Amino acid sequence: MTNEYIQQILSDKFGTAVSNFEEHFGIFSFDVLPSENVALLQFLNEEESLAFRFLTDLTGVHFPDRVGEELCVVYHLHNLVANKRIRVRSYLPIAQPDIASVVNLYSAANWMERETYDFFGVNFVGHPNLVRILNVDEMNYFPMRKEYPMEDPTRTDKDDEMFGR
Amino acid sequence: MSDQEIQHIQLAEDAIEKQTTTLNLGPTHPATHGIFENVLEIDGEKVLSAKQNLGYIHRAFEKIAERRPYGQVQPLTDRLNYCSAPINNIGWQLTVEKLLGLKMPKRVDYLRVILMELARIADHLVCNSVVAVDTGALTPFTYVFQIRERIYEIYESICGARLTTNIGRVGGFERNFTDDTWKKLDALMADFPKALKEFETLLNRNRIFMDRCIGAGPISAERALNYGFTGPNLRATGVDYDVRVHSPYCSYEDFEFTIPVGTNGDVYDRYMVRNDEMWQSYSIIQQALEKLKDLDPSVYHADVPAYDLPEKKDVYTKMEALIYHFKIVMGEVDIKAGEVYHPVEGGNGELGFYLISDGGRAPFRLHFRRPCFIYYQAYPEMIENGLLSDAVIALSSLNVIAGELDA
Repeated sequence: MTNEYIQQILSDKFGTAVSNFEEHFGIFSFDVLPSENVALLQFLNEEESLAFRFLTDLTGVHFPDRVGEELCVVYHLHNLVANKRIRVRSYLPIAQPDIASVVNLYSAANWMERETYDFFGVNFVGHPNLVRILNVDEMNYFPMRKEYPMEDPTRTDKDDEMFGR
Repeated sequence: MSDQEIQHIQLAEDAIEKQTTTLNLGPTHPATHGIFENVLEIDGEKVLSAKQNLGYIHRAFEKIAERRPYGQVQPLTDRLNYCSAPINNIGWQLTVEKLLGLKMPKRVDYLRVILMELARIADHLVCNSVVAVDTGALTPFTYVFQIRERIYEIYESICGARLTTNIGRVGGFERNFTDDTWKKLDALMADFPKALKEFETLLNRNRIFMDRCIGAGPISAERALNYGFTGPNLRATGVDYDVRVHSPYCSYEDFEFTIPVGTNGDVYDRYMVRNDEMWQSYSIIQQALEKLKDLDPSVYHADVPAYDLPEKKDVYTKMEALIYHFKIVMGEVDIKAGEVYHPVEGGNGELGFYLISDGGRAPFRLHFRRPCFIYYQAYPEMIENGLLSDAVIALSSLNVIAGELDA
């Protein structure tokens, strides 16, 4: 299974919904429109010649500079038989970060989606129990978004322009 | 008791009493071996449902890492799976080295392999002896903790720390292994087989232990894969997936070893897989020691002055060393932009580091793929309709480490 083959079969099936095919450090990566994520993951799972059936990782990233697609959901999939890994990214607008849940495909996605919701505020539509998992329930912000500073912004004693802390 | 009699003790519809009992297993409970909570609904001894709460020791490592220079991220990784901290440290170093495109000398790889396999032995010893404790056999635990103590002494002689090791650096080790380290390692290698054999004799074919463990907390291979199981817990179901073999790192391809697998995915299989893995780790260390004999013993880091902290005596006498020392310590070494995922075989499974760098001094985004966090989801499914005592050993045989669960 070569990268070209994966790109070909996915482009034939999903057309322009999949794009930006590239290999980064041994992992073939591409983007998918958030509306097609479940269809794509299901196809990757069920198509015999692809058989990406192991969800290694699911997480989020916040790119404040990408206007209109600030949040990114990243899936790492693994075909254990052919030993091939791929990465699928889906970009969402921060104003309405909705994406369909993949819990029905992968039980492992349950907590990983909750974690991504907890830290980035991604709304996984169809998730059976989308509540915070690591942070306290009362928290009213999503701490891994870049605009939330790690340190208390009212403190002045830690201002150190020279070394950027 | 016949069905009719059971009917007799059914509570009325409007009774304030409940038919079942709610039991809080955790957050601080001897059976959880860490801080996380299970709210069990039990009917007598039978577990009807379980609900997990976690986050009690969440320390926001992923957020902290976004402000830390690369060298300073490493101490955070210690605190993930603190039973095998060197694997986390070296996994992080390998991730950064992959991004930078650094090639390590063979000797560095082999020294790392020795450390990682020692860590794996220490991790599995804890897990397996704790399974024994939870089945009521306290003695084997005290025996093998002597071995674990000696492994910690080896860490100590290399890096000065025992639990949160922060061992090695990006680019190799900060100092060579000393004679004391080798002496301790050789002594451990001489005594380990006897100690593990003794441990096996106490448990492996012990009828009481087998009766307690066989069939307890089972999971099928199909469900385990769907739940994202990796490591010994997946291998116990019969799937031979091991990151060391599937995506070799750190020269693991140079070593001969087998992947032990189970069949039923129950507590006993998980115990046996870990037990056999310790023998494999022992054999890998032996092979590494053999291979090290042919290599120049003075090599302990790669020649990458921009990333590898120079020796103190050079810092005091040489201009370049002083500059690099300052830049590295102050975190002023920029790392090139890129997106990398690097998995290593941790004590509990595939420990992945997903790192996005935008070319700055600190990661733009760092995500830890913690195996515990992912497979612990399956726990309710594994214990439902089983006995409460099976739930306890299922938990210890999964080896859920709170630090890795919460990150």
